[in-house]
Amino acid sequence: MSDIIAYEEKELKIIGTRPIRPDGVDKVTGRARYGADINLPGQLYGSVYRSPHAHALIKSIDVSAALAMPGVKAVITGDDLEDMPSQFIPVGEMIVNFRDMTRNVMAREKVLYDGHPIAAIAAISESIAKEALKKIKIDFEILPHVIDVVEAMKPGAPLLHKDQHTLIERKRLGSEPIIESPPKEPSNIAKRLTWEKGDIENAFSKAHIIIEREFNTKPVHQGYIEPHAAVASCTEDGQVEVYTCSQGHFVIRSQCAKLLGIEVSKIKVIPTELGGGFGGKNNVYLEPLAIMLSRIVHRPVKMVMSRNEVFRASGPSPAGHVKVKIGCDKNGKIIAADAQIDMQSGAFPGSPLPQATITCFTRYDIENVRVIGHDVTTNRPKVAAYRAPGAPIAAFGVESVMDELAENLSIDPLDLRIMNAAKQGTQTYYGVTFPQIGFLETLKRAKAHKNYNVPLEKNQGRGVATGFWMNIGNDTTSSLNVNDDGTIALTIGTIDVAGGSRSSLAMMVAEEFGIDSDKVRVTTGDTSQLGFNFVTAGSRGTFAGGIVAVLAARKAIEECKIRAAKTWNVPLDEVVWEDGFARPASSNVGGFDPLPLSDIAKNASKTGGPIAGHSEKNVQGAGPGFGTQIVDVEVDKETGSIKILRHTIIQDAGKAIHPAYVEGQYQGGAVQGIGWALNEEYIYGDDGRLQNPGFLDYRVPVASDVPFIDTDIVEVPNPYHPYGVRGIGEVPIIPPTAAIANAVYNATGIRFNSLPLSPPKVLAAITKK
Amino acid sequence: MTRQHIEAKINGDNCDFLCESNETLLSVIRNQLQLTGTKEGCSTGDCGACSVMLDDRLVCSCLTLAVEVEGKNIDTIEGMSNGEDLHVLQKKFLEHAALQCGICTPGFLIAARALLEKNPDPTETEVRYWLAGNLCRCTGYHKIVEAVLDAAEEMRG
Repeated sequence: MSDIIAYEEKELKIIGTRPIRPDGVDKVTGRARYGADINLPGQLYGSVYRSPHAHALIKSIDVSAALAMPGVKAVITGDDLEDMPSQFIPVGEMIVNFRDMTRNVMAREKVLYDGHPIAAIAAISESIAKEALKKIKIDFEILPHVIDVVEAMKPGAPLLHKDQHTLIERKRLGSEPIIESPPKEPSNIAKRLTWEKGDIENAFSKAHIIIEREFNTKPVHQGYIEPHAAVASCTEDGQVEVYTCSQGHFVIRSQCAKLLGIEVSKIKVIPTELGGGFGGKNNVYLEPLAIMLSRIVHRPVKMVMSRNEVFRASGPSPAGHVKVKIGCDKNGKIIAADAQIDMQSGAFPGSPLPQATITCFTRYDIENVRVIGHDVTTNRPKVAAYRAPGAPIAAFGVESVMDELAENLSIDPLDLRIMNAAKQGTQTYYGVTFPQIGFLETLKRAKAHKNYNVPLEKNQGRGVATGFWMNIGNDTTSSLNVNDDGTIALTIGTIDVAGGSRSSLAMMVAEEFGIDSDKVRVTTGDTSQLGFNFVTAGSRGTFAGGIVAVLAARKAIEECKIRAAKTWNVPLDEVVWEDGFARPASSNVGGFDPLPLSDIAKNASKTGGPIAGHSEKNVQGAGPGFGTQIVDVEVDKETGSIKILRHTIIQDAGKAIHPAYVEGQYQGGAVQGIGWALNEEYIYGDDGRLQNPGFLDYRVPVASDVPFIDTDIVEVPNPYHPYGVRGIGEVPIIPPTAAIANAVYNATGIRFNSLPLSPPKVLAAITKK
Repeated sequence: MTRQHIEAKINGDNCDFLCESNETLLSVIRNQLQLTGTKEGCSTGDCGACSVMLDDRLVCSCLTLAVEVEGKNIDTIEGMSNGEDLHVLQKKFLEHAALQCGICTPGFLIAARALLEKNPDPTETEVRYWLAGNLCRCTGYHKIVEAVLDAAEEMRG
């Protein structure tokens, strides 16, 4: 890796402290403006007609009565969008099939899920827009549907896309990838992806013990409290302005430009405060519709989803059917591992199959591995990323089997993992060789943690599980200006997805300059102010944003030194920067008083003009993240209800810039995992309609469901970040499902291989036993 | 539909508005009174993001009809700070990093203040059950509960 910014160990003054976040006061006073808080003068209100059917041909659409209603200004359907050929196009750094994306934004030919948009209306009020939806007449021919991933893979299953033939790809470590010719018969299996390392058949034949199990998980929603919202305004000369709550306004711009045939420069996307995303706000839903409606009437159009729409039509995580087989020698060393992961992608291909398959066994150093993944279309909303997309589904199976192996071998479950843990130099089955990582440290600290040794009482159990996420860098930009009083304005293009990256970036810049972090104001720029930024996802905000912020700061500091050298009339290499001051490198340079940043800034005009720095970079060197969690549960044998008694997270952060926000990521991610384990699931009726599109029946954890979540931040620096930062947001959601299932086994003697562990399911198993 | 003329108080100030009989208090607060600190997360009373005080009662403004507030006093997040100093709960939420995305924060603060007015010395369990009507998807509740307990202690003096 040539293009990396190396870690330097140094004494830190700002990093590691806990200043109050710059967006905090706005958020506790109600000032912060989220998607639905934006209103533009003269705006209309848009509303979407959604399919009531899981799968149906659209025979005709009649919008004339809706359009004739007083107050209705525009109606659009799929016909108003240009059709796109089926091809994968890199847009905004994502590989997107725009034939699918245009159909997900607005159905054409047929609807593929309950909630699929068919038409949209703009009217002078929300109530008129909603009333007008009732006047749209659509003639459907209902088709058979398929919801379950295993059912969808069977020959003869209702077919979503008649021209979809399985893409078969095999990747063997050390060999070129092989693409096999697709089968003649179309199927719902869009892709079959295989990773191979070594020789599993031979290795399994030598194993002392083999455990093979099958697991099922349900789709769960990201559950951000802020519904999707967008306001678009198009002028008569084709300029477009969009306010939206997303995780990546540059990607929203790219997708809208391509879908609607608009030049990128004509679209300006202004990010609002984001009310939660967790991966679910990386793609367009309302934005192209609002632009299309506004393009007709040349007035701003505001669109906001209801919670019902969020559940039915924005991406949940996939459901997964997973088979795991692991073989060990008599000491517990894993010698072979095999998995099959069938993931439901929803109405269009594109589940997080790569992430699920490459994270599956990667926590362990195993010579012989095979992982087969299937990406399967079903009559559900197109899945979206959800925190460590795909990884929890695979980890639930693998970490459950690890627990069973430990039990059978009479080895402590943490010791089994310590014996097999990946470490620096371990080559994964997908090719990467790990640099310095902190997995072993998390396992050893878990073993020594006081919570691992608390005595358990009747009906109580303890479980452990681990998680891995590779983390990413990607295109990131920043622009830094030194104000004339020596304070700093940093503009960034990565959305602060709530983890507090604005604060962390301010702290890194302050550390570089040697000033207080409240002297650095961080603002998220709109798409017209900076170069392209990838979505804030994959745990890149503080890592990649930090690198470009530090590089911008270093350029500005270099300029400050140039100005000092000019002021003192000495060569540049005789000026050093320390603690917010330019100083002579030694007493030999001359008896100059150190020049504070504020003086250099005040005199900038006289010494050459304003001082600034900027950085644009495809950031490399993301440090792999690992964590271990310990969960204690108590099972109520009369109701089947599971209470989380203690939940402990030990995870490598590389370096915690702001430890409170690292703890917050650990705790928040773990509680999402608790929800996934215990209650959350999409429930469909026989008619293919979602039965629980609301927070009453789709039950996310509430405060009384969880205890305090104990955190232990391990810091093994990422060698490729100036302060050692690793992404930390994804890993915490990975271990809870298996850790809880393992704890429930420990309490009850019953192994649960399907989620969620809701009270009726647990009670039925206890009664049967 | 004939619209109703309603007179009430919001954050201590007189206000009046015209509303349809099926319009929610949340809609009036956000769209007519332009106080967007009160959030809509679900519109079915399940998430608590729209929590406000109606006289001395904690309500989901999405489940309250605007016509019901005639002559009443509505308190929203915008009235929580006295204009100079933040409320102790607001300060403690900041100090404890008890918010991330912040969309649920106004609702939590309004609900927590209602708790501490009724019960100045709540246990952790009482805080958790009182706040069980407010959903937060970012924090896992840990720091929110810590902040409320700490605020309670400071307010007791």
